[in-house]
Amino acid sequence: MASKYSNITVQGYRRENGRVGVRNHVVILPVDDISNAACEAVANNVKGTLAISHAYGRLQFGEDLDVHFRTMIGTGANPNVAAVVVIGIEPGWTKRIADGIRQTGKPVEEFSIEQKGDFETIRAASWAAKAMVHHATEMQREECSISELWVSTKCGESDTTTGLGSCPTVGNMYDKLLPEGITGFFGETSEITGAEHICKERAADKETGERWYKMWKAYQDDVIFAHQTDDLSDSQPTKGNIEGGLTTIEEKALGNLEKIGRTSTYIDILDPAEAPGKGNGLYFMDSSSAAAECVTLMAAGGAVIHTFPTGQGNVVGNPIVPVIKITANPRTVRTMAEHVDVDVSGILRREQTIDEAGDALIEMIRRTSNGRSTAAEALGHREFSMTKLYRSA
Amino acid sequence: MPDTSKPIPNEIPQLLVHEEADNVGVVVVEGLKAGTDMLCCITHDNSTFRLTAGADVPIGHKIALKDLKAGDTATKYGEDIGKITADIDRGAHVHTHNCKTKRW
Repeated sequence: MASKYSNITVQGYRRENGRVGVRNHVVILPVDDISNAACEAVANNVKGTLAISHAYGRLQFGEDLDVHFRTMIGTGANPNVAAVVVIGIEPGWTKRIADGIRQTGKPVEEFSIEQKGDFETIRAASWAAKAMVHHATEMQREECSISELWVSTKCGESDTTTGLGSCPTVGNMYDKLLPEGITGFFGETSEITGAEHICKERAADKETGERWYKMWKAYQDDVIFAHQTDDLSDSQPTKGNIEGGLTTIEEKALGNLEKIGRTSTYIDILDPAEAPGKGNGLYFMDSSSAAAECVTLMAAGGAVIHTFPTGQGNVVGNPIVPVIKITANPRTVRTMAEHVDVDVSGILRREQTIDEAGDALIEMIRRTSNGRSTAAEALGHREFSMTKLYRSA
Repeated sequence: MPDTSKPIPNEIPQLLVHEEADNVGVVVVEGLKAGTDMLCCITHDNSTFRLTAGADVPIGHKIALKDLKAGDTATKYGEDIGKITADIDRGAHVHTHNCKTKRW
């Protein structure tokens, strides 16, 4: 059924595989930590490229290595990325990641360092990167339906105002845009603790809810209880959460879950950095509640816009995905204005309804998709944090 | 010239409460002082009531809506958010010193 949101269009980049991106990055992607220097040198040589340095990629194995490959391939495959240079220490894993990204049809070139050294690798990779910059800068934005966007959410430095204002604003956006056909992501496994009975019921069907609960319970048993000290009160809630008035994980979780609104239901559960496979709809991604890790995983899953409610003022950004900051806390609006994209503090004053705030967020999603820099982009926040499941070999 | 055709804006509430069943509310203004006759609003249905703040409570922190006893359950969003660990008077500050998770 047509609604007032059905005809919203954005100016996006239509990629070779049909997906719509809202940014046009040329990425220089290291396979492993020891290839960061070569990638940074290429990005220094060729303006308009972006090296995404990270800490891992050597001697990982099993499920932990799977997450690493999914994160690397997903980051390169993201529709906000026009073309990718992949550099690794040796050709085997380098090819595996480059081939994974090539599935999208976008330009990918791979280089490995052993038996060449940094100098020769940087020289060859710089030529490839320069050609990609010319290719990417000639691409044109075109009109796309807002329904083609993949929009993720995760909140950070939450307080009691996030549960009252900024999280329900995101929930209202999902309640309006998911029926139009967008794809959505939420997650933060540890941070559903206290609201798990509600989250289980918000699955689209009973079987999905049961799978969700099993995943959540496994995290509790295998990670939280296996490593707990006296409690998790120094970590969940965080010191910032407590400063902002959140007392318990249950209270934090109930506010967190406001991000999926009143009517939205999730259709599947994704492993960390996994791309959705069941078509349009809302997905729960098993993910850390740490801001940069979670945004990185959702970007690797294919999200092109991230909506980020904050109370006390988390400043996180991402190298390839614009992160839209929403806050209802008037003190944060006053003291950290440079980080705020959408001010919904009117909700606390009862001057703005959740419905109005949701519309304001949809408008900011439209403008951001069209090219408006987010606060995090303008301030150079490019946090890229790999999720590590256990110690390397 | 001031526009007098519009009604005077409603008073801004100092305390918001999610659900009628809740026994705690959230301070949503900066610099709340003890003794303030607070306008409290239940966001679920926009109904209002008044309550006197029993302490200076920072923005975002909680206030008890009724007398609470150690061992009681703190209720917010109409849900269990933890256990009360010390007796709390109506209007007093509720936080980590008198409320704790039941989970960890």
